[in-house]
Amino acid sequence: MSVMKRTAASEQPRLTARTFLEPALYLAPFLIGIIIFTLYPFVNVILISLKENYKLLTGEFSTIGFKNYAQVIQDPNFLNGLKNTGLYVLFVVPISTVISLLFANLLNSVKKLQGLFQTAYFLPMVTSVMAIGLVWKWMFNYDYGLINFGLSLLGVAPINWLNNPLYNLTALVIYGVWSMLPFTIILLLAGLQNVNPLYYVTARADGAKAPMIFFRITLPLLAPTIGLTLIINMIYASQVFSELFPLFNGRPGSAYSLYTVVYYLFDAFYVKWKLGYAAASAVILFLIVLTLTGIQLFIQRKWRNY
Amino acid sequence: MKTIKRFLPYLILAIGAIIMVFPFFWMVISSLKTAAEVNTTPPTFWPANPVFQNYSYAFSKTPFPIYFRNSVIITLACVTLTLITTILASFAFSRLKFPGRDLLFSTLLALMMIPFEMLIITNYRTIVNWKLLDNLLALIIPFTSSIFYTYILRNFFLSIPDSLYYSARVDGASNWKYLWRIMVPIARPALATIALLNAITCWNSFLWTLMVTNTPENRTLPFGLYAFMNSAGIRYERLMAAATIVIIPMIVLFILFRRNIVTGVSRGGLKG
Repeated sequence: MSVMKRTAASEQPRLTARTFLEPALYLAPFLIGIIIFTLYPFVNVILISLKENYKLLTGEFSTIGFKNYAQVIQDPNFLNGLKNTGLYVLFVVPISTVISLLFANLLNSVKKLQGLFQTAYFLPMVTSVMAIGLVWKWMFNYDYGLINFGLSLLGVAPINWLNNPLYNLTALVIYGVWSMLPFTIILLLAGLQNVNPLYYVTARADGAKAPMIFFRITLPLLAPTIGLTLIINMIYASQVFSELFPLFNGRPGSAYSLYTVVYYLFDAFYVKWKLGYAAASAVILFLIVLTLTGIQLFIQRKWRNY
Repeated sequence: MKTIKRFLPYLILAIGAIIMVFPFFWMVISSLKTAAEVNTTPPTFWPANPVFQNYSYAFSKTPFPIYFRNSVIITLACVTLTLITTILASFAFSRLKFPGRDLLFSTLLALMMIPFEMLIITNYRTIVNWKLLDNLLALIIPFTSSIFYTYILRNFFLSIPDSLYYSARVDGASNWKYLWRIMVPIARPALATIALLNAITCWNSFLWTLMVTNTPENRTLPFGLYAFMNSAGIRYERLMAAATIVIIPMIVLFILFRRNIVTGVSRGGLKG
């Protein structure tokens, strides 16, 4: 960060043909892609959300207003999606972060077999939601699935994970936690590796026990990384959607009761062609994520000052 | 007591590692079973007679060879183009001086918060307007610029000492030459990380493929797998063989480049 400050503080070059042309050429391929496929669609989706009866291909619409929003927030499917997405984030993000903290800490402390363990822990990162989701669907199978077999060994009656709506969300959360672990562990491990080892040496010399070292040294020093991890995971988890395709054959749960916000968006856009609804739900999702990120950053700043 | 304390971390890590890897193991094992053996209770953890008929079924009775070819094409194209735009932009953001540079960069970082799903409505229309519906180009063109990778590489470039730059300039090297002859070779670990992450994303992309392609000729593996699931019914041994075909190439890439990931991320500026 010091490097950035230095260059920012140094005198700004004046705008001449040379100072403009060369950077512009280097940036052009990148910026053209961002403008066409990120910036413009972002602005446009906000505009679409305000247009009633918007037609995608002709661009026609009847009036401008907030009617799409009014319709969307009354739609039971959207409210269902909001509830499920909220529950999913609420369970998956904290659970995966706590588990990742444990494993990242252990991965950072062992001397031998590090490469082997890292490979094992990061492996789920490579997988497509579709392919490994199918494997989970197979493991969740009621009659021959491995999970119910494991439960039967513990004397638990088989659970109809995927066809009983009561357990759909639980199945989704289990799969979600598993798939979120690798990236979370990588982020936390990277944070841990930047902690000065001298702190640990000193603490140990003073006779501090492992739990004390973890709560008094590791956790406070890692707080900024944990905060960042929580934000990234929350943004990612709030977009939960593709997982429904392998697990429930593309339906939102076995009884259409497991809508998520993004599933609602997809359904409104691609299946029902209600573009205004799709756009409005996208904007609502964005505003929620933005607010939560803001709150989290605020808390983090307070905490760090404390 | 002391030995238990020393080995406890390894024991916990080993149990965790088994849970992480188990779905992959189970996928491969199930793909080698016959239809009868897949549906037995209790399940067998090693196939009685490993069979490869599920793989030959996937490759001969379904369009999987075409899906595979398409996935390779779009992944190679996306990764190559993304690396080029990322290298050029990162150089401008780290080494060139121009008015408004840091403001532009912060604005781009803020754009990173936009979920991709929010953009699909307009991007879909763009693809329709450009007459690229059901065309492999539709799977490549929208994904050639990445703010996240540019952020990682720019931070890596910034960690390369200035003195190197000035001595190269004194020796008469242009910016262009300096970038490709000196910076890019130094940044190879970061570039490998970016290429790997990008390859994984392209290879696995599902939602967008589902929307912009509609014939088997232009489908990629994940969507092909979904189509296979809906048409093949519940034949888990076949589905597991197909899933293995989709996953194995990325596992190989991952094992080859894993070493770079943690260092790449930690040097890439996630220093809090």
